[in-house]
Amino acid sequence: MKRVYLDHSATTPVDPEVADLMMKYYTEKYGNPSSVHSFGREAKQGLEAARLQVAELIGAKPQEVTFTSGGTEADNLAILGTAEALRKKGKHIITSSIEHHAVLETCEYLEKNGFELTIIPADAEAMISVEDVKKAIRPDTILISVMHANNEVGSIQPIAEIGKLAKEHGITFHVDAVQSFGKLPINVDEMNIDLLTVSSHKIYGPKGVGALYVRKGIRITPLIHGGGQEKKRRSGTENTPGIIGFGKACELAGQRMAEDAEHQTKLRDKLMNGIVERIESVKINGPIGEKRLPNNVNVGIQYVEGESLLLSLDMLGIAASSGSACTSGSLDPSHVLLAMGMIHEIAHGSLRFTLGRQNTEEEIDYVLEQLPKIIDRLRMMSPLYDKVLQERKKASKAQ
Amino acid sequence: MYSEKVMDHFNNPRNCGEIEDANGIGEVGNAKCGDIMRIYLDVEGDIIKDVKFKTFGCGAAVATSSMVTEMVKGKSIDEALEISNMAVAEALDGLPDVKMHCSNLAADALHEAIKDYKEKQQKKE
Repeated sequence: MKRVYLDHSATTPVDPEVADLMMKYYTEKYGNPSSVHSFGREAKQGLEAARLQVAELIGAKPQEVTFTSGGTEADNLAILGTAEALRKKGKHIITSSIEHHAVLETCEYLEKNGFELTIIPADAEAMISVEDVKKAIRPDTILISVMHANNEVGSIQPIAEIGKLAKEHGITFHVDAVQSFGKLPINVDEMNIDLLTVSSHKIYGPKGVGALYVRKGIRITPLIHGGGQEKKRRSGTENTPGIIGFGKACELAGQRMAEDAEHQTKLRDKLMNGIVERIESVKINGPIGEKRLPNNVNVGIQYVEGESLLLSLDMLGIAASSGSACTSGSLDPSHVLLAMGMIHEIAHGSLRFTLGRQNTEEEIDYVLEQLPKIIDRLRMMSPLYDKVLQERKKASKAQ
Repeated sequence: MYSEKVMDHFNNPRNCGEIEDANGIGEVGNAKCGDIMRIYLDVEGDIIKDVKFKTFGCGAAVATSSMVTEMVKGKSIDEALEISNMAVAEALDGLPDVKMHCSNLAADALHEAIKDYKEKQQKKE
């Protein structure tokens, strides 16, 4: 069966060039980078080359990059590490309502443990206002944490402006850039970012690897103690093959950024416009144009439920995701969609397609051909759609 | 995560649609939580002659609705009242744990439809 993968914000395939390089560090250059001998030295060399590759993609110095087990750990290290290091200075933290759970849950954990939290609301397009952040700042604010691009609806936040604000007030500024890293240009100096979370498996690198950029002079307390690796910021033998794969993926992402963005923007707009043209009672979720990630399509489809959409698409080999409660394992739909002011009924019918390097126009045509049929079938089964049909009948009789 | 039976009922739902002059209709759930199930009954002399459903919801919601209609067609009202949500889930070779509470309501919808039928009969008498 034909398979079309449109869930690249969940994860990406590993680039074959990346996988080849990693294999060498599993089977040939397998030394522990902390060892003194030649086996250790060659692993260390690979590790440090990867650190430079990550740093170059964000305009940082390699010494400012700490490798972690992924985006979630980097977010935890940034937030818990700052809170612990600065708890004598203040106890107020600012974040936003559309953050990833790795940020929100971590901030809420701190709130239960004596810190105070302000959660900035988002507008109907999942955008955060700089003015709202400004109003939330208090003399005892120690941390502002705002994501660069939203994982569900692709909205790109005004990071440079918030960074400027944080710098003026001497507040540590953390940015979760898991979804934008490698896709949008990032410069930690120009954007005044102090801590930046990045992840490997969203940019054609391996899973289980990420990094936290920590600006020189910014204080954070480590979460994991032990042998003192990563300049004591993160103990434990480094995942050398994974990190080296991550470095290579960063290099490739840097080389391909403009080309990828152009290709994916084209497919994104084709898919978005095609859905709106072919299917009634649908709405684009999130901003349109420049303020949206080049690879994100998110639509609200009325009168049908997200999981049944995903199952139907999957039967045809199409992989997507949804913000419905049924796919989140809880009773509530996505907190991001609710933060945008969407009612539950509509949020349950949200459908996200996230594009990648290998997607083609043909694949988009296939989705545009199949999706209307699936939605028709599910709507005919839906008691919510009855009313629409009845009203239509009335209208046609009245004419 | 779903059994083959669930996927079969999701992809080829039995008795999906409505009965225009149904003499018993039951609905449970709400759009807020993401599941609405409606059952239509055509009862003749205490026997369920025909049954149809309409459902808004996830795979489990559709499959349980479809399954319950298969289980009660041709049965008496009393037999139908004995069918529980659990029995419907079992007939589908089980449901994932998270679905047991939120999307396993088809028997409730059936019981609501029977209640509606009985009330309508009483009014007639």
